[in-house]
Amino acid sequence: MRIELVKRPQRSALFSMLSPFIAFALTIIAGAIMFALLGVNPLNAFEIYFVEPISQVWQLHELAIKAAPLILIAVGLSVCYKANIWNIGAEGQFIFGAIFGSIIPVLFPQFEGPLVIPLMLLLGMVGGAFYASIPALLKTRFSTNEILTSLMLVYVAQLFLDWLVRGPWRDPQGHGFPQTIQFGDSAVLPELMPDAGRANWGFVFALVAAVAIWLMMSRMLKGFEVRVLGSSPRAGRFAGFGFNRMVFFTFLLSGALAGLAGISEVSGAIGQLQPVISPGYGFTAIIVAFLGRLNPLGIVAAGLVLALTYLGGEAVQSALGISDKVARVFQGMLLFFVLGCDTLIHYRIRLIGMALMKPNGAKLEAAPKLEEAR
Amino acid sequence: MGGTVSANHDRANLLEVRGLTKIFGTLTACDHIDLNIAKGEIHALLGENGAGKSTLVKMLFGSLEPNSGEIFWDGKPVRITSPGVAKKLGIGMVFQHFSLFEALTAAENIALSLNDGSPISTIAAKARALSYSYGLPLDPDSLVGDLSVGERQRIEIIRCLLQTPQLIILDEPTSVLTPQEADKLFETLERLRAEGKSILYISHRLEEVKRICDRATVLRHGKVVGHCNPREETAASLARMMVGSEVKAVVRAPAEGIETAPALLEIRGLSRKPATPFAIPLKNINLTVCAGEVIGIAGVAGNGQGEFFESVSGEVLQQDAGSVRIRGKDAGGLSITGRRLMGAAFVPEERLGHGAAPRMKLSENLLLSRHATDGKAFVGSGGTVKNGAVYSAAQRIIKAMDVRKSAPDPEAAALSGGNLQKFIVGRELDRKPSVMIVNQPTWGVDAGAAAHIRQALIELARSGSAVLVISQDLDELFELSDAIAVMHNGELSAPLPIAEATFEKIGLLMGGAEPGHAEHGMEVA
Repeated sequence: MRIELVKRPQRSALFSMLSPFIAFALTIIAGAIMFALLGVNPLNAFEIYFVEPISQVWQLHELAIKAAPLILIAVGLSVCYKANIWNIGAEGQFIFGAIFGSIIPVLFPQFEGPLVIPLMLLLGMVGGAFYASIPALLKTRFSTNEILTSLMLVYVAQLFLDWLVRGPWRDPQGHGFPQTIQFGDSAVLPELMPDAGRANWGFVFALVAAVAIWLMMSRMLKGFEVRVLGSSPRAGRFAGFGFNRMVFFTFLLSGALAGLAGISEVSGAIGQLQPVISPGYGFTAIIVAFLGRLNPLGIVAAGLVLALTYLGGEAVQSALGISDKVARVFQGMLLFFVLGCDTLIHYRIRLIGMALMKPNGAKLEAAPKLEEAR
Repeated sequence: MGGTVSANHDRANLLEVRGLTKIFGTLTACDHIDLNIAKGEIHALLGENGAGKSTLVKMLFGSLEPNSGEIFWDGKPVRITSPGVAKKLGIGMVFQHFSLFEALTAAENIALSLNDGSPISTIAAKARALSYSYGLPLDPDSLVGDLSVGERQRIEIIRCLLQTPQLIILDEPTSVLTPQEADKLFETLERLRAEGKSILYISHRLEEVKRICDRATVLRHGKVVGHCNPREETAASLARMMVGSEVKAVVRAPAEGIETAPALLEIRGLSRKPATPFAIPLKNINLTVCAGEVIGIAGVAGNGQGEFFESVSGEVLQQDAGSVRIRGKDAGGLSITGRRLMGAAFVPEERLGHGAAPRMKLSENLLLSRHATDGKAFVGSGGTVKNGAVYSAAQRIIKAMDVRKSAPDPEAAALSGGNLQKFIVGRELDRKPSVMIVNQPTWGVDAGAAAHIRQALIELARSGSAVLVISQDLDELFELSDAIAVMHNGELSAPLPIAEATFEKIGLLMGGAEPGHAEHGMEVA
C-alpha cells in the first residue's frame, strides 16, 4: 500500500476560491482541539480570541494598525512569489526601512516641518530596497539561493538594530534603556481619526499599495512579465524578458514596501526605535500572501485575519493565562492548511493497494517470478 | 481477436494483450487495446503522436499500471508491476530518450543497469563480443560523452540484449539515426528475428515499417483501428489508417529570381563556446537566406541545432555583432526583442515552456512574442495591456490557422500538440515577418496539421520572406526546402540545392562526411 499524488486534469475554480475558507475552518477545528487539550472551553476561548478583540471601534483601529504592515509587506512579496523568486527576508527589510527612516528624527531632531514625514517615508523605502538588493545582487552575480541569503540577512538586521539602539543611537537621557529618543511631533505619522482610535496613515498606504499592485499585475505589461517569468522562465526569455532584471525588480519593489511598512510602524505606532520593533510581521506576511492567494485584494482580507490572530493571542494571554505563543500556532496551522488545500486542488490522493487490477471480476495471479523481486 | 487476420497464425503468441485500458483523468489514453506478438516476428506499432503508443508500451514495460485489461506472456496471465518484473519475464526496452551517464564509459553504464555485481572487465568483454556478433561495433571503454547519438543508441541496445530478452521494444529508434545508421540497425533487427526473438517496433515512419515489419497494429486516439500486413499496404493507405482521413500533399512552386533577391538573413563566421560541458560548440557557421526561399537545416539531434537557434534568435548574444545580420544590418549584439523589431520571427523547438507558457491563455501567449513588435496595437499608455485588441488578434490567428480548441481562449496546455503548434506558427506568420526561423516545425504534430504548417511556411517564403527551417525529419525538409544544409557536430555544410540533394548525400553529411574536402581528410585531427 502506498500513497500517490496524482495530478488532476482540471483544477476546480470553485475550490480554488473556497480553499482559504476551508483552510480557515480546518484551523478553527484544530484550534478547538488544542484549546480543549489545554483544558479551556473552546467556545469560550474562541470568543475571547476572535470576537472580543474586534467588538469595539477603538479595537478595530488596533486591528488596522496590526494589519497595515502585514498587508504592505505581503503585497510586495506576492509579486516576488508570482515571479517564482523567494524573498523570505522581508523582516530584515522592514527593520532597515525603519532604521533608514529614523535617520532624520534621531540624528536631526531639530529638523521640523511638513517635509519630515514624506522624507522619512522615502528614506524608509530606500532602506528596505537597499537591504533587499543584497540578496538580489548575490543571486544574479553568484547564483546564490535567495531563500537562504534573504533569511540570514534578517538576523543581521536584527542585531544591527540592537547594536544601534544600545550604542550610537541610544537616548542619552534614557536612563540607559536601549532605545532612541522619542520622535518629534513632526516625525510622527498622523492618526486617521484621533477621536476614534489610534489607526494611522499606514493602513491607507497598505490599501493604496494593494490596489496599485493589483492593477499592475492584472492590467499592465509589467505584471504579465512577472507572471510569464514566474510560470515558465524559458518562455519568458523567449519573450525577451530578462530574468536578472526581474530579480532586481521584485526584490527592490518588495523591499521598498517592507521598508515603508517598517518606517510607518516606527513613526506611527511606536514613536522611537527599540531593540525589537516587529512581532515577526515580515514572516507572518508570507502566510498573508499565500492565504490571500497571492492576489493583492485577497491579501487585504488575509492581512486583517492574521492581524486578528495577534490581537487574539494577546487577549487569551490576559484573559485565560495561555501563552501568547498560541498566536504563532494559529498562524502556523493556517499556513499549513492553506498549502495543504492548494496541493489537493492540484492533485488528488490515490491509495494504491496490491490487489488493484481485477478485470472481468477475475483476480489475476502475480507474475511467477514477482515474489523474487525485492 | 477473432477477426485478426494474421500471417503468423501458425506461430505461438509470445505476448497477448486483451482489453488493456489506461485512463489519465478524463483522457482515455489507451482504450481496450488488443495486441498479439508472435515469436520471431517484428511487429510494428503505428500511430500518430498522442495515439497512445507510448502509454501502451509503458504498461508492457511496467512503468505504468493499466486500469483494466489482461496481459498474457507465453499463454500465462501476468501482471507487470515494474520494469524489474518486465526484465525478469524477458522484456527489454530501448527508449527514445537514452538514460546514460555521459561522464561514464559505455561498459560502466551497462554495469549500472545490470546490477549483478560482475566486474566491469567481464561486462566489457561480453558487450564487445555481443556488439560485434550483431554488427553494432562498440568500444565499451569509450566515454559516453564522446559518442555520437547513434553510438549511444548501440549502448542501449547492447545493454538490452545482454539481458537476453525474448521481446525487445524499440521506441522510434531511427529518429536519431542517419539513413545509413538506420540501415545497419535494420540488419541487426533481422538477425534477432532469425534467432526467434520478437520485436515490437514503434514508429511513424511508414517506409521503414513496410521494409522490416511482418505485421502492424495501428492505433488512433487510443484505440486499435486495424491490424495489417504492412508489406501489402502502401504508405498512403497506412497513413490513412493512422490519420483517419486523406492528408493533403504540400505544394511547392519553384522559387523564382532567387539569384537577384536580397539576402535577408546572413550568418557570418558564427562561433559559440559550449555553455555547459556537454553542449555542442558552434564552429564558424556561414549561411545566407534570401528573400523568397526556404533553406532547410538537416542533422541528427544534438549536433548543435539548439545552440544555433538560440544564437540566431538572440536568446544568446554574439560578441561579434556582424556574425548575425538581419535585412542587411548587424544584429549579433541585439536581444531577441531587438531582432524581432528588425523583422525576424522565431519558433522554438519546445512548444510548452519555451514557445508558449503552458498555464497562460492563448491571447496571453500571443502577447508573449509580440508585446514589442506590436507595441502600439497591444500596449497602451503607461504600460497597460489592451486586452480587447490582443484577444481579437488571437481569434484572428486561431481562425487563419484552423486551431481547434474547446474554449474561446483556452490555456496553451489544454490544446493538443498539433493545434498549439499551429497557433505558435500562426502567431509569427500573422506579423508577416521578413525573416522566419523555425526549429522542428512539425515535431510531434499530426499529419494534417503538419501539412498545414508546411504549406504556410512555403507561402510565406514565396511572398518574399526568408525562411530557415531546422528539422530532423528529412522527408519534411525535402518537402519544404529550396536547399538543404546539414549540421554536424556544430558545423554547417554548404547548402545543397534541392535538385541535387538526395537522401543518400544528406545522410552522409549527417554522419559527418565532408564533401568538397578529401575523402579521408581526418589525418589532421
